[in-house]
Amino acid sequence: MGQKGTKDKITPRRRFFTNLAHNVGLGAMGVLLWAGYTSKAKSSPLTLRPPAALPESDFLKTCIKCGLCAEACYNRPQNLDKEGNKLTPGTLKMAKAQDDVTIGTPFFIPRDVPCYMCEDIPCVPACPSGALDIKKVTNEKGELDIRLMKMGVAVVDVSSCIAFWGLQCDACYRACPLLDEAIKLVYDRNSRTGKHAFLKPVVNVDVCTGCGLCEKACVTEKPAIFVLPTDVALGKVGDHYVKGWDKADQQRVKDVDINSVTTQTERSKKKAEDYLNSGNLLEY
Amino acid sequence: MKFSNYKYLILRRISQLGLLFLYFAGNAWGWSILQGDISTSLLFGKIPLSDPFALLQILATGAIVGVNILVGALLITLFYGIFGGRAFCSWVCPVNMVTDAAAWLRRKLLIDKIERKVWISRNIRYYMIVIALIVSAITGLAAFEVVSPISILNRNVIFGIGAGIGLIIAIFLFDLFVVKNGWCGHICPLGGVYSIIGKYSLLRVKHTREKCTLCMKCKEVCPESQVLHMIGKKSISVNDIECTNCGRCIDVCNDDALEFSLGKFIKESKESK
Repeated sequence: MGQKGTKDKITPRRRFFTNLAHNVGLGAMGVLLWAGYTSKAKSSPLTLRPPAALPESDFLKTCIKCGLCAEACYNRPQNLDKEGNKLTPGTLKMAKAQDDVTIGTPFFIPRDVPCYMCEDIPCVPACPSGALDIKKVTNEKGELDIRLMKMGVAVVDVSSCIAFWGLQCDACYRACPLLDEAIKLVYDRNSRTGKHAFLKPVVNVDVCTGCGLCEKACVTEKPAIFVLPTDVALGKVGDHYVKGWDKADQQRVKDVDINSVTTQTERSKKKAEDYLNSGNLLEY
Repeated sequence: MKFSNYKYLILRRISQLGLLFLYFAGNAWGWSILQGDISTSLLFGKIPLSDPFALLQILATGAIVGVNILVGALLITLFYGIFGGRAFCSWVCPVNMVTDAAAWLRRKLLIDKIERKVWISRNIRYYMIVIALIVSAITGLAAFEVVSPISILNRNVIFGIGAGIGLIIAIFLFDLFVVKNGWCGHICPLGGVYSIIGKYSLLRVKHTREKCTLCMKCKEVCPESQVLHMIGKKSISVNDIECTNCGRCIDVCNDDALEFSLGKFIKESKESK
């Protein structure tokens, strides 16, 4: 550092390091700002993706935002309203900046336009990037199979479903393309009147594809049956419980590595028989 | 107003608007000439064309991508790498029309003469490329693709206007009031990518010093005016990678001192001093 009255000399080495620090600093600032925005630019967890979409985080990585799926959906031959010969809008929308979905990615809102589950699934083969994975909707015979679609799962709000009030309504049941499979009507006695029946819609989560035709058909002001992404809608039992009467489920628990199961209180080292044979049952 | 003063400008607008129209028709009426959007298109329903920078970002997130995208990005890279140079920016990109409008208005309103100069480096775009790839790797989301005004404007035309149009207006205002040719000439990483891709491309603007009357109209209209350093000095081609081959300099030159030529590798006159 220079003495009083003399200017600090900027050596080439000083200049080099200051420039380096300058560039690295600005670069780091850019990365932080941009990464901050980008991590917030991800979709709402309630976003419904097209059929055969990869899991959301992989989907966001892979989708190149070309819109070929949405165009294939919109221009599908079945999309002609035969009576008016008017084009009905496509199911798949490309997210705009105001949507709560990563910009430029395809999604759908069943209450607006549900997925009509076209036999030839035009949107999936159109995908050039693999974000829609055609293997997910191809059966063992190598054919496209709409039953393998999984966009989400329909959920019934029993408090606002009028069928659960005892009114006769089977709109969702009739609208379901997998009639009497994905939604079943469960008959129940209406003890309030004593002489009527409930016809309660119950969704079979293994069959439901999440197409949303039920949500579109629902007669209540805000739909009482609606599609949620599968991982949002469904719980997970974990390894503590097993269907004792189900061979497949028993096998599931047998396959579990005991050390991978965590318990809140520490697992006792003693065997179960010790507990029974010790005699001091009250101590435990 | 001679036609020859607007020839390439008109051709470029036809190219840019025509492509937008074909994209729009691909969605609205199912025309299979050009489907998809500017990040990945399908030409004649068969040939994939992909944005190489979008592919790089996707690869940076660690995703495995379909072979169509790889082929498409290769085709685009070959086309601009061998022939077009940075022509994407001036002949295809829709944002170019926005920033050209801002630059035109700057000249008309004499903003260039009045405004305090804000200097930012023209190399920001190359840093942006690196930063975009780093951010893509960190966040698992193609970083430039979520902010890119190019694809936002393109999709606004194809799939309907959304709030993203605000970003386009912001870029217009930035170019108009903050930095001359700010977006396309300084910041846009896609322009940087095509600059690099086009380094050895054949299509070049060629200057003939003997015909030049030093009117400097070319430098006034050039969005990357630093590439025209040879004007009035040397009879060589514009070899700087940032030249977008827009041909505007050729348009405004009334002395035939500028023209398109194929190949800087083809012998250049070295008589200049």
